[in-house]
Amino acid sequence: MPHDCVMSLNVESAPVITQPAPTPLRLIDDAGLAVDPSEAGGFALPSPEILLGLYRRMVVARRFDVQVTALTRQGRLATYPSALGQEACEIAAVASLGALDWLFPTYRDSIALLTRGVPPEDILASFRGEWHSGYDYYQHKIAPQATPLATQALHAVGLATASKLKGDHTVALTLLGDGATSEGDAHEAFNFAAVWQAPVVFLVQNNQFAISVPLDKQMACRTIADKAIGYGMPGYFVDGNDVAAMYAVVSAAVDTARNGGGPSLVEGLTYRMEAHTNSDDPTRYRDSSDVDAWRGRDPIERLEKYLVSVGVLTDAERADITREAEDLAAATRECMTRTAVIDPLELFEHVYATPRTALAEQRDFLANEIAEHEAAAAKTTGESA
Amino acid sequence: MTAHNSTTHTGTAAPATRPAAPMTMAAALNAAIRDAMVDDPSVVLFGEDVGPLGGVFRVTDGLYAEFGETRVSDSPLAESGIIGTAIGMAIYGLRPVVEMQFDAFSYPAFEQIVSHVAKMRNRTRGRIQLPIVIRIPYAGDIGGVEHHSDSSEAYWAATPGLTGVTPSNPADAYSMLREAIASDDPVIFMEPKSRYWSKAELALPVRTAPMNQAVVVREGADVTLIAYGPTVKTAIATAELASEEGLSIEVIDLRSLSPFDDETVSASVRKTSRAAVIHEAAQFGGYGAEVAARLTERNFYYLSAPILRITGFDIPYPSPKLEEYFLPTPDRILAALGTWEWS
Repeated sequence: MPHDCVMSLNVESAPVITQPAPTPLRLIDDAGLAVDPSEAGGFALPSPEILLGLYRRMVVARRFDVQVTALTRQGRLATYPSALGQEACEIAAVASLGALDWLFPTYRDSIALLTRGVPPEDILASFRGEWHSGYDYYQHKIAPQATPLATQALHAVGLATASKLKGDHTVALTLLGDGATSEGDAHEAFNFAAVWQAPVVFLVQNNQFAISVPLDKQMACRTIADKAIGYGMPGYFVDGNDVAAMYAVVSAAVDTARNGGGPSLVEGLTYRMEAHTNSDDPTRYRDSSDVDAWRGRDPIERLEKYLVSVGVLTDAERADITREAEDLAAATRECMTRTAVIDPLELFEHVYATPRTALAEQRDFLANEIAEHEAAAAKTTGESA
Repeated sequence: MTAHNSTTHTGTAAPATRPAAPMTMAAALNAAIRDAMVDDPSVVLFGEDVGPLGGVFRVTDGLYAEFGETRVSDSPLAESGIIGTAIGMAIYGLRPVVEMQFDAFSYPAFEQIVSHVAKMRNRTRGRIQLPIVIRIPYAGDIGGVEHHSDSSEAYWAATPGLTGVTPSNPADAYSMLREAIASDDPVIFMEPKSRYWSKAELALPVRTAPMNQAVVVREGADVTLIAYGPTVKTAIATAELASEEGLSIEVIDLRSLSPFDDETVSASVRKTSRAAVIHEAAQFGGYGAEVAARLTERNFYYLSAPILRITGFDIPYPSPKLEEYFLPTPDRILAALGTWEWS
């Protein structure tokens, strides 16, 4: 990693952090061509085999995203914040983590969960309205998808610090959006991480909109990556639609954190192709020409061109990836046919570890109310029969 | 925070029992944290000025020297950051004990406490527990400038998922803090600042009643005074004054605000048929409203008079020269009891 940041509380001895480049780092350009190594910021282009693996995961993730958006439009999910167009950031994040590392995602990062192995049914539990969250956090080492912006960044810093205190090598990576960087918790997380030299990576997906508000109304500085300098950590401004660059930079940041080098902030410049959620109308605040321009920078198509040009994306490979994606889409549709039966009395089960008399009374109250309604319904049915 | 290494001093074992000695509430809290850290290596302590300084009230005095930077550390000055990072540590298996330096300085952490500390266990169907203790020096009567004397208990008590307790004396301070640190639930541990220097003879490790129970601290027949934290002393003083006038007052120290010990308090109210709740916080929408409402719902036909709230006025906490007019006093409490019809 091209920096030598070793933070110290002694300001005079702290090294100067280099300002991130003003243009996003990329290793493969819009046309699918590898950039000249002299312009690669010291990062090596990942091997074709690694890139092919990333390509497969991006295609599968997009198929899932499109499928779930379709289900939402059919009214079968309460909501779904799509990550369409952001696959390079999402997949690079997950691919950079080891099995023991932790991911702290937001509501928009469902495809990151999918890529890290969470079953579709468990991802969709919250969007179906079954429970507020529904997967196995300790098995997958993924925190619940955070809704209050930037709050999860502090959780990531805390977990990373705990790992360091225990002498472990666990790294935490948190996903943030551009809007979230305006929150006070983002500032506190960046600062705590730098002061404590926590093994954490902040990956800001700059998709340029916070619902409707564009980035120039969020901040006055040049790039989000620039903000890292003020905290005393390295910042990287990366083309967020170039999975090769995202993977190279994020995995280097993860390695730095794991090896005691402290936190990094990576900004991936990308674009939210879909609406904020199904209840949003983006035509009210952005031009379709803008969306079309970004469609031309699609992260999957770009990588596809490169992989075809170097000869690793064969027709057989492509067919296999398509089959995997379609199988997942089918499994996703299939899981929607199963309706989870949730006992309303479970509402009282998890609030406290220590049982409470007052909650037990309210639970009994609800149980009686349900029983009375059922009895009344049975009586009505009996009379009408 | 510095990483774990083999030279880190992790403290010497706490002796099983120690000879009785006079001890302030601040010292009892200090001993509770120390003993918990000795017994459980997953307990870590951090916050503003809790390191070498030992906290602005010296509650963490000596712990940095004994346990080192790995277990005790000063954090950046940001309360949301303190709570947010404590959450991450708890997910990873630590048991953080954190300090909000003063009641009103806990407000920047409100979102982390209400949206995550309180809700994580429920959100994850019990898969993620957050055994965090949030110590908050609270309430007034210390001549503090603005933002240093708030009683914010109603916010925490009104939030499902939080446990809120407050000791009124050194023995409870030790026992309840040990229990709070050992609890798998997050606990808002409210320490009445005006009682930090109160003393008692303690033989550690003292154990009092479980922290979720209210305790009758003075028996009486005619009136139940319900108090907690700083107002327990006021209620006992009131009972002593009243006894000179032939009025027998029972004093209950709630100790736990959430959960509320309905059984103990209702039993007392049914016995005396008259009750008043005393707190420093403003009256409107305050904790006393909940106490009066639930006691009335459960004991209406046992009551001889409406349940009174004798509390701070519905104004921001006053400046030092005016706080004596704000705080409930024995005289004001007795005057309020005198408004009841006694027949």
